[in-house]
Amino acid sequence: MSSCGLLPVLDLDEDVPSYELNDYEGARARWCPGCGDHSVLTAVQRLLAAEQLKPEQTVFVSGIGCSSRFPHYLKTYGFHGIHGRALPVATGIRLHRPDLHVFVVMGDGDCTSIGAAHWLHALRYNPDMVVMMLDNAIYGLTKNQTSPTTPQGFKSNTQPKGSWLPSLNPLQVALGVTNASFVAQTAEWVPSHLYATLRAAHAHRGLSFVRILQRCPIFSSSVYQSAVQDPKKIGLLVHDDGVVVPDLEKVYTTQVAHDPRDIDAARRVADMTDRIHLGVFFRDPTRLRYEEVRRVVPRTPDERMRELDVELDKYAV
Amino acid sequence: MTAPTATLSPVETRVIRCAEHTVEIVSDAGEGAQKCGQIFGAVSAKMGNGVWTVEIIPAEIQPPPRVPEGASGYRIRVGARPVTNWGDATNLAMAFNEQVLLARHRLGALAPDAVLLVENKWATHEDADIRAAWDAAMTELSGQQYRIIPVPMEAECLTLVDNPRKGANMFALGLLAWVYQRDMEKVKEQIGIAFRKKSSAVFDTNVSLLKLGYEWAEANIDFRIDVPPAAINEKLVVMNGNEALGLGAIASGMELCAMYPITPATSVSHLLSEVFERFGGIVHQAEDEIAAAGVAIGASYSGKVAFTVTSGPGLALKTEFLGYAVMTEIPLVLIDVQRGGPSTGLPTKVEQSDLFAALYASPGDAPHIVIAPATIEECFHVMITARRLAETFRTVVMVLSDANLATGVTPFPRPVPDAKWQAEPLDLAPVADGQKAYEWNPVTGLSRRVIPGRAGGMHTVTGLSHDEGSKVAYSSGVHQRATTMRSRKLAVLQSMLTPPPVHGDESGDLLIVGWGSTKGAIEEAVDAARSQGHSVSSVHLRFLSPLEPGLKEIFQKFRKVCTVEINYSDDLTDPFINEENRRRGQLSMLLRNATLVDVDCWTRVPGEPLRPGSIQEAIVARLPHGGAK
Repeated sequence: MSSCGLLPVLDLDEDVPSYELNDYEGARARWCPGCGDHSVLTAVQRLLAAEQLKPEQTVFVSGIGCSSRFPHYLKTYGFHGIHGRALPVATGIRLHRPDLHVFVVMGDGDCTSIGAAHWLHALRYNPDMVVMMLDNAIYGLTKNQTSPTTPQGFKSNTQPKGSWLPSLNPLQVALGVTNASFVAQTAEWVPSHLYATLRAAHAHRGLSFVRILQRCPIFSSSVYQSAVQDPKKIGLLVHDDGVVVPDLEKVYTTQVAHDPRDIDAARRVADMTDRIHLGVFFRDPTRLRYEEVRRVVPRTPDERMRELDVELDKYAV
Repeated sequence: MTAPTATLSPVETRVIRCAEHTVEIVSDAGEGAQKCGQIFGAVSAKMGNGVWTVEIIPAEIQPPPRVPEGASGYRIRVGARPVTNWGDATNLAMAFNEQVLLARHRLGALAPDAVLLVENKWATHEDADIRAAWDAAMTELSGQQYRIIPVPMEAECLTLVDNPRKGANMFALGLLAWVYQRDMEKVKEQIGIAFRKKSSAVFDTNVSLLKLGYEWAEANIDFRIDVPPAAINEKLVVMNGNEALGLGAIASGMELCAMYPITPATSVSHLLSEVFERFGGIVHQAEDEIAAAGVAIGASYSGKVAFTVTSGPGLALKTEFLGYAVMTEIPLVLIDVQRGGPSTGLPTKVEQSDLFAALYASPGDAPHIVIAPATIEECFHVMITARRLAETFRTVVMVLSDANLATGVTPFPRPVPDAKWQAEPLDLAPVADGQKAYEWNPVTGLSRRVIPGRAGGMHTVTGLSHDEGSKVAYSSGVHQRATTMRSRKLAVLQSMLTPPPVHGDESGDLLIVGWGSTKGAIEEAVDAARSQGHSVSSVHLRFLSPLEPGLKEIFQKFRKVCTVEINYSDDLTDPFINEENRRRGQLSMLLRNATLVDVDCWTRVPGEPLRPGSIQEAIVARLPHGGAK
């Protein structure tokens, strides 16, 4: 909704300062040493600097959990909200202020458990924003409880005999939602891929859902360990329309040619359990974006009062 | 029992002049009684009568026909003076079958001497069960002094149309138009408005049926009712409370309504969904109640104040977000159109049981503003106030309406739109060096908002305890101070309010205190009691948080203070109940706490608005010496 009459502001870009990495630095990150979130923070700061996004025009929205501290560590506007509800807040911001760049940071519990309903609906609304789900397959801040993405058999404080059920596959879910427009997966321990994926996500118009595999050194360090140590366990999705990181292809020799326009192929790849696939699973920039569908003509107070007179006449005695 | 004869012999018509009369049209759902009632009410308002109408709504969309629970209709209280509430009992009912009439009888909705006009085809129906049901109903109704007049509605309508189910309501309207001497040109005009989306053939048929009913009544009914118009010289509009809330939201300059469907609040968004875009606004139907709050808060955070509208169960779901908005001082307007509770309760019926939920639902200390409009007119203006207070005090403003205001329809002075009602344009100027996210004025707790887009103002809002800079701070000193600052704002607001006016003498035997939609009924009851010589006055509160100032001083001038509310309280005569364990009306508890006055209460949860006559009885019973003079 552009009704705030803000859009003219966008044209006032004369003395554009140039932003360095440290212009985006907020409070010192207080994640544990070795936490994968540090790597994501660095990639995001690189992205902001590379795109020269104005800090005052950028909002990071998060929920609750370790990764949701993210906005505090950036020098942009931030909204550290409540558990599971980052997406409605971000949608509200995009509806009212389409001039702002909106990023959402959630954990796996935040996104796929308590906030699952919002996740599905935000994918369908498809507002233009980057949505990062930092998936360490565990509840960390509350100290080691099973999450929907915890691997079956993995022991935690709430399921000490091991997780009872197969883990939820967030890619299958996202790729199953009508009108979802961008679904990608990357890993924090592959920084060049992470950065390239975030850039692709930012470049996409619509909701870019990026699942970022992320290690928790305290509670779930073993979850991705074999893939970290053995590049053969990773399959890179390669395509000219996907994420292209030439150097990486020397390390990760298993490459899967995948056209991100092919939703059926994307779903097939998401179903595969033999290895972890990194890359853009699906992208369709033509899908409807809710805030654009709902855009209305801004009205001045006087115009509104004239219209209100017309409206009140319908109720006149 | 034999069926009454279908046609009365024409007799001399008697015109009964009265200061007010209450009429209702009741049918199975889908037979159009509501449309008939709406048109009758609108015409009466346009003729200058005071009018208050209420819907009679079954809980289901299409309940089975001819069952008492399915009664659907419209009740109109017409007065020679402005009418402020739905009144006591119906004086004349027009029923499409005897079962829905029975429902009204059993509810005590009909005056003991009411005139009941009822479709008589059921008396001679081919189905023996229906005939038996008719007879049983007539026997049950005969216990009162009702005057029952059978009306051959279907037989008459069949002379004009093939399917009387689609038009008996217009016949009924014509009948009532004759009885109440309604201006037929105005009736036709209103039919045109009511069916504006239909073809002209539909309009013509309806007008023919209208005339048929009018002529039938002229030939067969022996009385007419004359309620002279009120002498009102100002321009009026007529609408229900939800329409008033919606138009008020527009008037306030808000641009985003995020909601999730819930009875009886949803119709606010129906109105807005039709017209809001013309005002540069949108209605966002969220995936759930929580998301509706989240979208509104996200929009408010980034710009102009947004609002969300719900009812009790939805309020329960939104409470975590409410606490967040209070904590981060993000302005938000939340409308709660109360219904009966707890849980799903009485979705279509009035109750005032959400007061405590509105005040205290959020865990932790989450002070915010709660206002309750007392009239349909106030539903319009409260939205302008609410938006402004939310912005000024950087907090949540809850507007407590209820099903009585939501579905009641009455005329009120036409608002004169004023551009000053609306929010200032967004301030997107860079912030001054060093300006913090919450620069609490140490005396008032007030601070200016810094929204995204303002260079130099970047910060992260957080529901965690935080200092002026919005930096997470767990230290006890910071939390104490920040909590104080958020709380102080309510006292500051209270200092700007004036004590509520007293209706009646400023001292006496009994003071009735009410809030919300009961104002009209309470004041009518107080006036009636005063005219009997009783020393009783009333006060009506709009602000529940903070409370309006000066209450203790007002209360101390009365020997007794008693609230009247539509929520539950124990009766002292009930088993196990005593002064200490008695659960009291919610406002009564609030007032006892604030004033240390022994405030009594008289409350009921009948699933309908309080009747002035019942309130009057309660007043008399609570007077010293039982009201004996």
